[in-house]
Amino acid sequence: MKKAKQLFASMIFMTLGLGSAHADYTLNLMEGKTKLSHDIYDLHMLILWICVFIGIGVFGTMFYSIYHHRKSKGHKAEQFHENTTVEIIWTIIPTIILVAMAIPATKAMLEINDVKEAEMTIKVTGKQWYWDYEYTDSGVHFESHLDEGSERAHRVSNIDPKTVPHYLLNVDKPLVVPIKKKIRFVFTAADVIHSWWVPDLGWKKDANPGFINEAWTSVDEPGIYRGQCTELCGRDHGFMPIVVIAMDQASYDAWTKDTLAKQNAKPDLADQTREQLMAKGESVYLRNCVACHQIDGTGISGHFPALRGSAKVTGPIDPLIGFLQAGTSRMPAFSKLKDDELAQLITYIRNAPALGNKVGDEIQPNKITPVYDDEE
Amino acid sequence: MSAVIAEHDDHHDDHDHGPAKGLLRWIITTNHKDIGTLYLLFALAMFFVGGAMAMVIRAELFEPGLQFVDPQFFNSMTTMHALVMVFGAVMPAFVGLANWMIPMMIGAPDMALPRMNNMSFWLLVAGVLLLASTLFMEGGAPAGGWTLYPPLVLQTGKAFPFAVFSVHLLGISSIMGAINIIATIFNMRAPAMTLMKMPLFVWTWLITAFLLIAIMPVFAGAVTMLLTDKFFHTSFFDAAGGGDPVLYQHIFWFFGHPEVYVMILPTFGVASTIIPVFARKPLFGYASMVYATASIAFLSFIVWAHHMFTVGMPIAGELYFMYATMLIAIPTGVKVFNWTATMWKGSMTFETPMLFSIAFVVLFTMGGFTGLMMSVAPVDFQYHDTYFIVAHFHYTLVPASVFILMAAGYFWLPKWTGHMYNEKIGQLHFWLSAISVNILFFPQHFLGLAGMPRRIPDYAVQFADWNMISSIGGFIFGVSQLLFLWIVIDTIKGGTGEKVSDEVWEDAKKHGLEWTLPSPPPYHTFTTPPTEIPTEHF
Repeated sequence: MKKAKQLFASMIFMTLGLGSAHADYTLNLMEGKTKLSHDIYDLHMLILWICVFIGIGVFGTMFYSIYHHRKSKGHKAEQFHENTTVEIIWTIIPTIILVAMAIPATKAMLEINDVKEAEMTIKVTGKQWYWDYEYTDSGVHFESHLDEGSERAHRVSNIDPKTVPHYLLNVDKPLVVPIKKKIRFVFTAADVIHSWWVPDLGWKKDANPGFINEAWTSVDEPGIYRGQCTELCGRDHGFMPIVVIAMDQASYDAWTKDTLAKQNAKPDLADQTREQLMAKGESVYLRNCVACHQIDGTGISGHFPALRGSAKVTGPIDPLIGFLQAGTSRMPAFSKLKDDELAQLITYIRNAPALGNKVGDEIQPNKITPVYDDEE
Repeated sequence: MSAVIAEHDDHHDDHDHGPAKGLLRWIITTNHKDIGTLYLLFALAMFFVGGAMAMVIRAELFEPGLQFVDPQFFNSMTTMHALVMVFGAVMPAFVGLANWMIPMMIGAPDMALPRMNNMSFWLLVAGVLLLASTLFMEGGAPAGGWTLYPPLVLQTGKAFPFAVFSVHLLGISSIMGAINIIATIFNMRAPAMTLMKMPLFVWTWLITAFLLIAIMPVFAGAVTMLLTDKFFHTSFFDAAGGGDPVLYQHIFWFFGHPEVYVMILPTFGVASTIIPVFARKPLFGYASMVYATASIAFLSFIVWAHHMFTVGMPIAGELYFMYATMLIAIPTGVKVFNWTATMWKGSMTFETPMLFSIAFVVLFTMGGFTGLMMSVAPVDFQYHDTYFIVAHFHYTLVPASVFILMAAGYFWLPKWTGHMYNEKIGQLHFWLSAISVNILFFPQHFLGLAGMPRRIPDYAVQFADWNMISSIGGFIFGVSQLLFLWIVIDTIKGGTGEKVSDEVWEDAKKHGLEWTLPSPPPYHTFTTPPTEIPTEHF
C-alpha cells in the first residue's frame, strides 16, 4: 500500500516535470509512538475508509448519470421530483453510520482525557517564542529555543535551509522523558495562546495564559520526536519547535542528575577574553534577543526598538545592566540570565559588527551588580 | 404632503423613472439591479485583491526559507486575505446576487427598503476601505488571524482600533442587507408565490438573512470587548483581571460557525437553481431541500466549539460538540443526494454554469468528508490547526462558494446584459480552475497529516515538495481567474454578439420567473405582479 502511494505520488511529480533529491511525499497521518496515537490513527483510517466508500457510491452514481443521461446521447428527461422512500433511506443510513463512528470516538475521547494516576508531571509554559519546561518532581527547569543553525538560516537569506539539519524542527535543549511511564503534562502560557503539538504523541493542547490544561502520554520506544507550536502566536510562531527525546529509565535518571547539577552551578565569574565574551554573547543574543530586535539589531518598526545605534545600548553601562535585569512593560526582565551571560550579552550588543555598534569596551562577569537579588 | 405628491404627479405622470445620468447614477441609486451590479463588481474587485494576498502567501511558501516577506507581514497577509475574501468578496457577491435576483424571482418590483439598500452598499465600501487602510499603518495590518484571538490581537499596532471599527461597519452593512432581504421576501412576493413555491435561492437567502441578524451583533460585541480591553482597562479576556481569553473564542465561534454557513447556504440555493435547468428536470426533493437548509442553519448555532477541541474543555462539552457536529452530515448529505437525484435520468447538457455546478457538488462533498473527519474530536487533536484544516475549509469555500459564484455569473450574465458570453473561453476558464484548484488544495491534506501547522511563513524541508506543487496550482488558479474578468468585461460590451432570448437557456421559463422577463430586463420590472408562476415541483 505504501509503495503504491509513493508510486502514485512520484507519477504526479514526474508529470509536473520537477525533480528533487529531497522527495518526501508523506500522504497519510503518522501512526505515532504511543497507544493514544495508535488509537487515533485507527479512528482516522476508519473514517477515511467510510468517506472513501460513500464517495465512490455518490460520485459513481453522479458520473454514471453524467455519462448516460445526457442530451447529446438523446436521453429524454424524466420528470420525477420526489420519492419519500429513498429520502427516508438516505437519511437513516447516514445516521446509523454516524452512531457507529461515535462509539469508538467516545471511547478514545475518554481515554485521552484520563490523566489520573500519572507517574510524573511536566509543566509546559508557552512564551513568545520558545517553550519553558519544568519537571515538578525533580525540579529540572529550562527553556527550549530554536537551535542556532535554524535561527541563523531563517534570518540570513544566503543559507540554504536544506543544508541545516532538522531545519526549524530542532531546539537547543530538548525535552527529555522516560519511556513507558505515564507522564502528565500541564500547559499554560506567559503572554499569548500557544499550542503544544508532537504528532507522534497523538495530540495537541493549547497553552492559555492564566489557565492550566492537562494531557498525558506514555511513549512506547526510545527516540527523538519533533513537533511545533500550532496556535498562531505572533511574528515567530513558525520558529518555536518542540523536540522530545524519549529514553530508558536509567538514561533518564542520569540525564536528570546531570541537568540538575548544571542548573544549580554558580555562574563562572572568572575573567574572559574579549573574543570569548563576544562569541558567547552572540549565542545569548540569538537565544534571547533576536526574535524582537532582529539579527542586524534594527528591530521592527512600530513593534520593537532598534539596538543599532541605540543610546540606551551604547550609553553608560550601569543603567544598561539595570535595564536588562528589570525589563519594562514591553520588554521582559532578563534577570534569568546569570552574571556571566549578562556580561557576554552586554559586551556583544555594545560591540557587535552585526548590530553596527562599536563602543569599544567590555564588561567582566564579576562587574555585574544585581538590581534585584534573584536568589531565593 | 399632498402638495408634494401633486407636484410629483405633475412632472412624472406620463413616463417611467430611468436611472440618473452619469456617475451620480451609481452613487445615489436605489434600484435593486444597479445596487446588485455594484455589489457584484465590488466583490469581483475584492476577489482579486484577496487573491493577490493569497499569491504572496503561496510565493513565500514556494520553497523553505524566507524569500520575500517578513513573518509579521506574512501573518498580516493570512489575516487580511481571510477578512477580505469573507467580508469583501464572498458575502458581498451573494448579497449582489440577492439584490439582482430575489425581486425578479418572487415577482417584486424592487427591494422593500431601497434607500437602506444603497446605504448598506456604501457602508460596505467604507468598511472594506478602512480595513485595507490598516495595511499602511505603523505596525502593519492586523496579523493575529481573521479570528482576532486575544491576547495576540491586542499586540496589533496602530491598526487595531481601525480594524475593530471596520468590523462594526461591515456588521451594520450586513445587518441592513439582511433586514432588507427578509422584508422583501415576506412582503413583496407576487400573490401566487407562496412560501413553499419560492425558488430555493430565495429560501436559502431568507434563512441566511436570519443567521446574519443573529450573529453580526455578537461579533460586533466581541470586538468591542477587545476594544475596551485594550483602551479602557476592562479584562474580559485577560486572566490577570479575572477574565478568560477562551471566552473570546466561544463568542467568536458562536458568530463564526453560522458565518461560514452564511457563505455556503446561498451557494446551495444557486446550485439548486442551476442544476435543474441543465438537467431539464425539476429539482428533486424541493421540500426536503428547504428543511435541510433550515436544519443546517439551526445546527450551526449549537456546534461552535468544534473549532476549539484542543482549547481545553470539560469532557462532557467535548463529547456534546462532537455529537452535534456529526449531525450536520445528515442534512448536508440529503442535499448532495438530492442534487445527484436531480441529475439522475435527466437530459443533461454541460454549459459553463453546469460544469461549475457539478464541480461544486463533487468538490464541496470532498470538503464535507474532511469536515466529517474533523468532527471526530480525538482525531481532530491531530488535524487541528494544520494544513489539513486549511485544505478542508478551502474546499468548502473555493471550489464550492467561489465556483458557484462563477456559475451564477455565467448563468445570469446573459439575462443581466442581454449578451451571450464566450462559451469556449468559459469552458477553458472552468477546466483551468477545476484542475488547478485541486493541485492547489489537495496536497495540503497531505501536508497537514504529515505535521505542517497552518499560518507559518517557513517550514521544515520535508514539507517542501507538496508546498511547491500547491504553490504552482495556486499560481495557475490565480492567473486563470483573469479569464473570468475578461469574460465579464467582454459580455458587458456585447459578448459574442448573439441575440439571447428571454429564457436564455432551453426551457428555463419552466424553472423561474426571471426567465419570463426580457434580456436584459428593463430598469423596473414586475411593477404589476405576475399572475402565473412556474411550479416545476408541484
